[in-house]
Order: sequence, then structure tokens, then C-alpha cells
Amino acid sequence: MAFQQAPVILSHASIVGPKEGEGPLGDVFDKVLEDMYYEESTWEKAEQKIFLETMKLALAKAQLTTDDMDYLLAGDLTNQIITANFTARSLAIPFIGLYGACSTMYESLALGSMLIDGGYAKYVLVGASSHFATAERQFRFPTEQGVQRAMSAQRTVTGAGAIVLGAQGEGPRITHATIGKVIDFGQGDASDMGSAMAPAAADTFLRHLQDRKISPDFYSIIATGDLGKYGRQLVVKLCEQQEVFLTQSYTDCGILIFDESQDTHAGGSGCGCSAVVTCGHLLREMEQGRLTRILGIGTGALLSPCSSQQGETIPGIAHAVAIEASGGGR
Amino acid sequence: MVTKTRANSLEVDKANYETLVQQVKPKPKVLRNSVLAFLMGGAICALGQICISFFKAQGLATQDAVLATSMVLVFLAALLTGLGIYNEMAKYAGAGMIVPITGFANSMVAPAMEFRSEGMVFGVGARLFMIAGPVLVFGIVAAWLAGLITYLCTLG
Amino acid sequence: MILKAFLVGGAICLIGQLLMDLTSHKITPGHILVGFVTAGVVVSALGLYQPLVDFAGAGATVPLTGFGHLLAQGAIKEAGQSGFLGIFKGPLSAAAGGITAAIVFGYLAALVFRPKG
Repeated sequence: MAFQQAPVILSHASIVGPKEGEGPLGDVFDKVLEDMYYEESTWEKAEQKIFLETMKLALAKAQLTTDDMDYLLAGDLTNQIITANFTARSLAIPFIGLYGACSTMYESLALGSMLIDGGYAKYVLVGASSHFATAERQFRFPTEQGVQRAMSAQRTVTGAGAIVLGAQGEGPRITHATIGKVIDFGQGDASDMGSAMAPAAADTFLRHLQDRKISPDFYSIIATGDLGKYGRQLVVKLCEQQEVFLTQSYTDCGILIFDESQDTHAGGSGCGCSAVVTCGHLLREMEQGRLTRILGIGTGALLSPCSSQQGETIPGIAHAVAIEASGGGR
Repeated sequence: MVTKTRANSLEVDKANYETLVQQVKPKPKVLRNSVLAFLMGGAICALGQICISFFKAQGLATQDAVLATSMVLVFLAALLTGLGIYNEMAKYAGAGMIVPITGFANSMVAPAMEFRSEGMVFGVGARLFMIAGPVLVFGIVAAWLAGLITYLCTLG
Repeated sequence: MILKAFLVGGAICLIGQLLMDLTSHKITPGHILVGFVTAGVVVSALGLYQPLVDFAGAGATVPLTGFGHLLAQGAIKEAGQSGFLGIFKGPLSAAAGGITAAIVFGYLAALVFRPKG
């Protein structure tokens, strides 16, 4: 879909955990935590604190308050999205909780843009968060258990990203969005989410190109959310089969955030992955004039511990959002 | 309102995709993993043997020396797990640290620590047996069957 | 004896590693633990594990197959000594020390330490 009044990204904020801070993008984030607990007693509380601070930071940067916001759209990975719910409890903004697994940041961006473009809101606050330990203990193993992680496994990013969208103002504009379909190609390996999500990402991407009648080189950068090293290769191959050829301008937030030496195997994952890379890195690059057109594709693996124990395969979803620099043509 | 776009969507079938995934997916480093598992597993057992010899020298019967050794190893594993060292080592040694009795202890301590935030009873108490529970269930039922067969044989 | 323990114990762990690496992703460490204890029970019931213990000492008792061996021998011995009720008493009484130690130390560790993540 194309937005008539292209909503403006008024501000963006990101806070990450210590490991992400050591990564190659380390200094682009607004804040890097020294400790995974963030002076809280549990990881869940730590994640909520991170999320709340990120939201407040985004508001402060836009010089707006919670009263200005018409809606808050947010989500995360914990059961019943408690992080987003509890954060919303402290913010007192009309709230719509979202769950799109790791695609939530882009889901919220797309929906927030629709609200504004449809005239239902003037300002919308959107965001997503994840925390390595809360995700790990929910989806995989207790963190202290001795397990060998598969080479295809990724590490859930600790961090949160938030964006203030406005109907008017200065900043990058959201011009288009493509909502993804749930696609399942029968992958069942919970330690290889990239393979499960790649078909959804490729499908959304190809539909987006077709809708806009453009080719991949239209964008200065195309970034999928958290497919990791191997998921990215699969997207490239799937697109090749449809005779769409991706070049170096196609990357993945999961690859960007960690370095090979950080022992994170295939890269980063989680809601926080695409959220912090988009808010911390991509939008900043755009502001500094290095990127004119971004296509972000948030990718999510729609599994639960229950579904994977029952031997179900992992369906994937992907939402694409096109962002253009304010000067770079409407 | 909704624009339908059928053509050019993904036409790959699932079997085709599976082969694609297999091409891309990294294989575990079997040789390296195996060597490390062998060395670490062997080292833990050698340590166990040293303990057994020590306890025997202290005058314990063989069976008691074996038990005392298990207790020492379980204690060490619980300590290393608590300090956050066990999982770091197991990352490299894999089965070398899962298969020995220390792995059993780790599988009890790790979830118990992790879920302590959910309270003493259903956090620590219940989660101690998250993996140990199934181990005991299958072990005991199998042993019970073995005993039953022995018993039936003595009858006949 | 230490060398023998090293070699046999290492070999048993090697089998576990190969099971994890060469089979489907559905084999988790939990499955390995359960599988090895059960395998230990079966091998022991067939009378094949005791010779290994005699040969390799801790190389056979420290891996979880040794725990299965303990359970099985407890059941078999008690079945011979106190008959039908012995089948029920045997497995746990043989392994009581190890299990209690694991529970107590496990509980204490969980009280004292906080996971690092």
C-alpha cells in the first residue's frame, strides 16, 4: 500500500544490552547497558525498564509528551506480551498490543502509518523489544544449562527500539508498506529460524517490488529483520529463482548487529534486533545522508514452545516498510 | 480495495525448498566436537577414578567410594553451574559434559536457578525436575521392568 | 586404571556427541540424558555393564549409563532377595545417595546463585 500523506518519523531511540554494545554497531545506540539485569531483580523487569526508557527517550527527542500521543503500538516476545503491556501501564497512552514475533517493529510501523495516513491519529508511538534471557528461557533452554548451540542458531538481541510517528514535521517519511502473509515451507528446526522465515521474507519482498513496479536497486539498502547469515542466503536464492537479483545492498539486521567473533553463530534475532538496528543504525545513516531509500522487512517466526514440542513446523511472516529521506523526493 | 498479486509469488514447492535449505545450512563440526567431547568426558571420568581411589584409600568399600565420588562430582557441577562456568565449558565440550553425572546435576540446577523468580515452590522446587524428572521416570520404570523380569525368572 | 577410565568414559561421551550431531535437531541434551540412563538399564539387565565397570571403574560409573546400571542392579538384586516387593524398593534404594545429593546440592545452588545469562 502507498501512503498518501507519508507519515514522518519524528524521532527514534534505541537501548541495547552489553553484548550488542560490543558489536560492530556498538556506538550508534542511545544507551548501552552494562548489565543484563539493569539493576532489576528479574530479567522480565529489566526488559520492561529498557522498553519504558526507550519509549520515553523517543518522546523526549521529539519534544513531545505522552499526552500528545494518540496511540501506542508495541509488542515483544514474552508470553502474552507482558513487556509491552506493563510498559503501556506506565505510559497511559491508548494502547494496542501487537504480536508478530520478531516482525513486531515493522508490524507496528506499518499499522502506525496506517492510523496516521487514515487520519485517525496525529502522533503515534511505536516500538518493540526483546531480551536474550527472557526469550531464551521461554523458547529454548535455561541460560545456565550446558548445551551446544547449532551453527545455524542465532542469539536473541537484548534491546528495544521506539519511533515517534507524526502526520507532519521534519524527518524521514514512510511511503509504502507491504503486509506479509503467513508462509510455512515445512521447516521445523527451532534452532534454525532463518530457514523458517526466509520464504516469508522473499514473498513479501517480491510482492512489494511488484506492487510498486520497481527493481531492488531502487533502494539504497534492503534489510531483513533477523534472518541471520544463512536465512539471508536463502532469500537471495529464492529471489534468484524468480529472476530477481539481490546485490550487496541487501543485508540483514541480524548480521549487522553482531560480529563473527562474538560467538553468536548465524547472527542476532528477536524483536529487538530489527528494532535497534533500524532505530539506531539505519535511520541514523539516513539522517546523515548516506541512505536515501530504505526497505526494511521485519521477519517473524510464529512458533511457541508448545507448537514446537508438538512437532509443528514453523510458519514465518514478514512485513515490509519503505522509508525515504525527507529531501529525497516525495 | 485489496489488490491481488498472484503471479511471481513464490512457486517453490516444499521439497525443493528443503534441498535449498540443506545446501545453505551449516553442518555441525562433527570431528572437532567429537574430539572435545571425548577429551572432556574422559577427563571427568579420570577425575572420578582419582576420587574413587582416594576414597578407597580412606577405607571406604568400593560401592561407597563410587557413591562418594558421584556426590563430589555432583557438588562440583552444581557449583560450576551456579558460577556460570558450566555452560561456557559445555559450549565446547558438548556431550562430554552432558553425559557424565555432572550433566545430570547441571540439568537440575540450571532450570531451578533460572525459574527462581517464579518462587520457591513452583520455581525452584518444580523446575529442579524439569529434565531430571523424565530421567528418573524412564530410568526407574526400565529398572522396575528389569527387576520384574528377574523376579518372574526366579519363579519359573 | 585412570587411563582406562579416561578412554572408556571418553568413548561413552563420544557416542553421545555423535548422537546429537548426526541425528535430527529434535535430539536435545534432555533426550540424551534420558536415553543414556535407559540404555544403561538395558545393558546392565543383560549383564553386560558390570564387566565394563570392573574394567574401567569410573569410566563406566560416572557417565549416566552408570546411573542406569545402579538402578537396574538395585531392582534385580532386591527382586532376588525380597521378591515382588523388592522390585519396587530396589531401584531407588540403590540410587538414593546420588539422587539425594543431586537434589540437595541443586537446591542449594539455586538458592545461592543468580543466573548470569
